[in-house]
Amino acid sequence: MSTMTAQATQVYEVYIKATPQQIWDAITKPEFTEKYFYGSRITVSEDEYLSLDGKGDTLVRGKVLEIDAPHRLVTGWRALYDPETATEEDSRVTWEIEPQDGGYSKLRVVHDQLEGAPKTALSVAGGWSYVLSGLKTLLETGKPLAG
Amino acid sequence: MLPDVDDDAIFKALADPTRRHLLDRLFERDGRTLTELESELEMTRFGVMKHLRVLEDAGLVATRRQGREKLHYLNPVPIRLIHDRWIDKYTEHRVAALADLKNELEETA
Repeated sequence: MSTMTAQATQVYEVYIKATPQQIWDAITKPEFTEKYFYGSRITVSEDEYLSLDGKGDTLVRGKVLEIDAPHRLVTGWRALYDPETATEEDSRVTWEIEPQDGGYSKLRVVHDQLEGAPKTALSVAGGWSYVLSGLKTLLETGKPLAG
Repeated sequence: MLPDVDDDAIFKALADPTRRHLLDRLFERDGRTLTELESELEMTRFGVMKHLRVLEDAGLVATRRQGREKLHYLNPVPIRLIHDRWIDKYTEHRVAALADLKNELEETA
């Protein structure tokens, strides 16, 4: 049996019927993230991206590398929810939001620099699709994904 | 047209064995150029380009420029949206029933 591996650069795109500002709020404010991002409460300050679980334990932490609201956010990514990923090197997540015709915006998430974090790469490979699908559903219907 | 806004485009893009094969190649390793993908397929460059274009229009392939190269990535989000929109809805109860049955059988075994 071969060992599962995941890509060191992962690209995810989704079109959402929302303004860039609505999407920005949904990815940087805890009252939104807890509805679609595995219940996590995410805050973004000038220098830190921080994701906490309901008990206040840190799930993900990263340095803010670039911030240009509501269009671009680049942060480091250290997954602390699993002891095996916690010891890996920091990777990087880039969020890009571009307005489109018809009230839509395009959201692109690039998770890269995962060469030194193969377990994190595997852990997030299925997760991003789930998270972005939930984000789209929340913004377009006002409700979290069922189940 | 906006890519994954339109479910039809996704189903049409998936309704072709060559395009599914291209997605499988990208699943194994993405961030590849047209030339790299072309070398693995028994098809003309024009043919591969045409199929990639359909996948891109459906939002199943995302591209990034790196210098002079255009790299192709598998974008799994539209497939997840179809899963959440269609598959969950119809399979939820049956899957739950099967899971219960499995648990029951394993407990009594």
